[in-house]
Amino acid sequence: MADTRTITVNVNGEVHTNTINVRKNLIDYLRDDLGFTGSHVGCEHGVCGACTLDINGETVRSCLMLAVQADGTAITTIEGLADNGVAGDLKKSFAEKNALQCGYCTPGMLASAIEYINAGGNADKDKIRRHISGNYCRCTGYQAIVEAIYSVAENGGN
Amino acid sequence: MTGPRFDFDKPGKYIGQPTKRGDTKRLLRGRGKYVDDLTLPRMLHAAFLRSPVAHGKILSIDITEAKKVNGVIRIFKGSDFIDVVKPYVGVLSHLAGLRSPPQMPIAIDRVLWQGEPVAMVVATSRAIAEDAVSLIEMDLEELPAATNMETALDKEEPIIHSEYDSNLSWERTVDVGDVEEVYKRDDVTIVEKQFRFGRHTGVPLEARSIIANYDPSENQLDVYYSGQAPHMMQNIYSKHLNIPEENVRVISQDVGGAFGIKIHTYGDEFAATAVAKIMERPIKFIADRYESFMTDIHARDHVVNGKMAVSKDGKILAIEFSDITGIGPFSMYPRTSAIEANQILNLTGGPYVVPNYRANSRVVFQNKNMMCQYRAVGHPVAMAICDGLVEEAAAAINMDSVELRKLNLIKDNAYPTTTASGLKLDDLSHHKAINKLVEMMDYEKLKDENNKLRNEGVHRGIGFVSMIEITNPSPAFYGVGGAHIASQDGATIRLGAGGGIHVSSSVTEQGQGTNAILAQIAADVFGVNIDMVQVTTGDTKTTPYGGGAWASRGAGIGGEAVYLAAEALKDQVLDIASVMLQSKPEDLNISDGNVVDIGSDDNRISLSDLARTVYYRGNELPSDMPLELIATRHYRVTDMPFVFTNAAMAAHIELDVETGIIKVLNFWAVEDCGRVINPMLVDEQIRGGVVQGIGSALYEECLYSDEGQLLNVTLADYLVPMAAEMPEIHVAHIETPTKTSVLGAKGAGEAGTGGAPAAIINAVNNALRPLGVTNFQIPMTPNRMLETLKAANFK
Ligand code: FES
Ligand code: FES
Repeated sequence: MADTRTITVNVNGEVHTNTINVRKNLIDYLRDDLGFTGSHVGCEHGVCGACTLDINGETVRSCLMLAVQADGTAITTIEGLADNGVAGDLKKSFAEKNALQCGYCTPGMLASAIEYINAGGNADKDKIRRHISGNYCRCTGYQAIVEAIYSVAENGGN
Repeated sequence: MTGPRFDFDKPGKYIGQPTKRGDTKRLLRGRGKYVDDLTLPRMLHAAFLRSPVAHGKILSIDITEAKKVNGVIRIFKGSDFIDVVKPYVGVLSHLAGLRSPPQMPIAIDRVLWQGEPVAMVVATSRAIAEDAVSLIEMDLEELPAATNMETALDKEEPIIHSEYDSNLSWERTVDVGDVEEVYKRDDVTIVEKQFRFGRHTGVPLEARSIIANYDPSENQLDVYYSGQAPHMMQNIYSKHLNIPEENVRVISQDVGGAFGIKIHTYGDEFAATAVAKIMERPIKFIADRYESFMTDIHARDHVVNGKMAVSKDGKILAIEFSDITGIGPFSMYPRTSAIEANQILNLTGGPYVVPNYRANSRVVFQNKNMMCQYRAVGHPVAMAICDGLVEEAAAAINMDSVELRKLNLIKDNAYPTTTASGLKLDDLSHHKAINKLVEMMDYEKLKDENNKLRNEGVHRGIGFVSMIEITNPSPAFYGVGGAHIASQDGATIRLGAGGGIHVSSSVTEQGQGTNAILAQIAADVFGVNIDMVQVTTGDTKTTPYGGGAWASRGAGIGGEAVYLAAEALKDQVLDIASVMLQSKPEDLNISDGNVVDIGSDDNRISLSDLARTVYYRGNELPSDMPLELIATRHYRVTDMPFVFTNAAMAAHIELDVETGIIKVLNFWAVEDCGRVINPMLVDEQIRGGVVQGIGSALYEECLYSDEGQLLNVTLADYLVPMAAEMPEIHVAHIETPTKTSVLGAKGAGEAGTGGAPAAIINAVNNALRPLGVTNFQIPMTPNRMLETLKAANFK
């Protein structure tokens, strides 16, 4: 069919080549075709941030991107986050501060938090609040999340 | 009454400690198991055509073009369910007079609200199913709609159900004492206000999700459900799809937030389940955000005219109000849509001594999405009415509102007692809570600061609420009214051969940390390291029968069942150990995974050695020795209809009089939920609840046109609180354990949502009053504020 294309992406270090419908969103491709169900869908219109992940070092909302646009890129989802370094520190800190309840916002929240720390974000609660204001969390009062990111920032990010 | 026990707070114990949740390991590695993560063999996907109008007659539905789409397997209309689904009716016998007609999953010949399902496409993918939905031709004759709840009972309005004489679904009046006598006195001050509460909804980040699978060879229905009450749904599917209850298994694994939204019977989910039975294969339905806003239950649409009479010296003499609420075209099944109104009548004034009380609520049908129970059912309305009037009355007699509260709050030593509406109260601490709150926020200093700033044109306000919350419900909530909704819960704990224990409980986890606190209780009471405890919840096949998560009952009821089961398992272990070790059971204890001598704490045998002896080498034990290393216990509240908690909260806000924007500067909550099992989890539960309450007070509203069209169906135009707008929320506790249990735990999940709106409303009015205006309509949007400020006197 004319409306399919073959793409190759590197997800968490694995290379995948698939022929997919051109209209498919990146998040649907990752979840439905590749089984990386760690990234979540909360709105499909770019507002909630649940689908946020890393593509070639950029933080992206994968519901707003077509899978074909990701051809040739390297993607890191929550399943691919290391247990050390910034990602590891943040995961540890999230667990210690109870910065997640249902966990549905967590993949996107972590991606945004990593972006904040990697960009040299400092231990400033207002700035952290502003930075994660593209990520909706309905369960926590945000405070535990802010504190989790803050404590990693305070320790120099890594 | 059994408890409470006070020896838990020892070093090295888990109860009362900020223990980390085991579940976070999975969730932080993307290993969660939410419904949409699951794919079953031969699974098909559902999408729905929904009514575009609020009221209409279905003339025809043409599926010819839709059927041609490659990948479409079958299309269902409402009539296809007539032989499969027994209609359901949302009434309860203890809500006398409540009426609502039978419902079916998909409209048959008439649509009654915009968003009601009218046809269901089953296809090989959701995208294909949606393509086909857009090709269904539906011919509708639009009918006049009754959308406005305030006029729904007027003679001129269309009657939605012709079998009834009006759009009234239910009405209740409470009349205690004699309010009229009070009004006649010339030494009382009377304040009156209208309160308007916007319709809003829960917005769990994971939308409603379901996969149903049916195996005809065993007449077995399995439902993976993102929800709160698996056993309730098991009963409903059994009853209405005519499958024996034993053959229905409902599983809820990770749930991405629920808040009361995921505890009702939705037509689309019901249709998906019925179609799994019809087609004998798995059907997945995942609501998108648009469908969530349109069809997840809404809540809190209330207009209340309230009145309070106080004496010159600040004693509350009477509270009176009338409430009207529109619930959509049906009462929701099975919990009904009258509970919120009923709670408002029950709860208003509950923290205070109120000698005279008269209140009426009318629950009306209208052509809008249905309303039902969302987190803190009725509480935000009840607390806002009473504490709004308290602040008005205090202002009217020139008294500080905290003083007026202290004069009228039920004394901490006056329990047991009852509310004006007749509900039993015990073990509450309003005075301790408000004293601690005032101290924590440094009230006097803050007040001075506000006064100073007002002279500089900065408009800040402080608002309070003293509240009660219903938790740990007994059968009085639903069971007495005939609903098959359990208020008891059970726990089974077994010892494994490796020396660890497995807890299986009928309460459920949606992120509150239920599994974690059950593990804490089991580890402490039985005597093992928490790493040796596994917890299963959310599966009707493997957990004891129980109610699940609703009305803040996980810790208080589910936790108590785990406590009892852990004690029972411990007795079994010590009985066996006493025979093996030739000791008396009462001389032994379990500590850190070993049977030890009481007193010396000397290790006698490890739990794994004991379990292995029982499981593999039974020959070493006497032949009449019971071998059970598994215990089940159930628990229900028997002494009270509900176990109330109390809290005092305060908000500090700044109102920008140029833009109408309200900034919440600070928020404080002092909560008494009895014994706190895990302060870290409770604190963030309260904060999350407060944030939802702030959302409802300032941003969130489902906006309908006069014709009944929902105008905001995306997260871009239905505003939810984000991190930058939210204040630091300071939480503190008073611990007054309930006497109804050994653990003494009460619920904590809903207090924030129940109390925060009143605190915000009161804070805003505290800023407005010096300008000569007030506003009691939420959400308090910038436009509404600017409208109010038009009459303001800035001099
Ligand atoms: S799902 Fe992508 S932003 Fe909400
Ligand atoms: S933890 Fe549930 S949405 Fe954030």
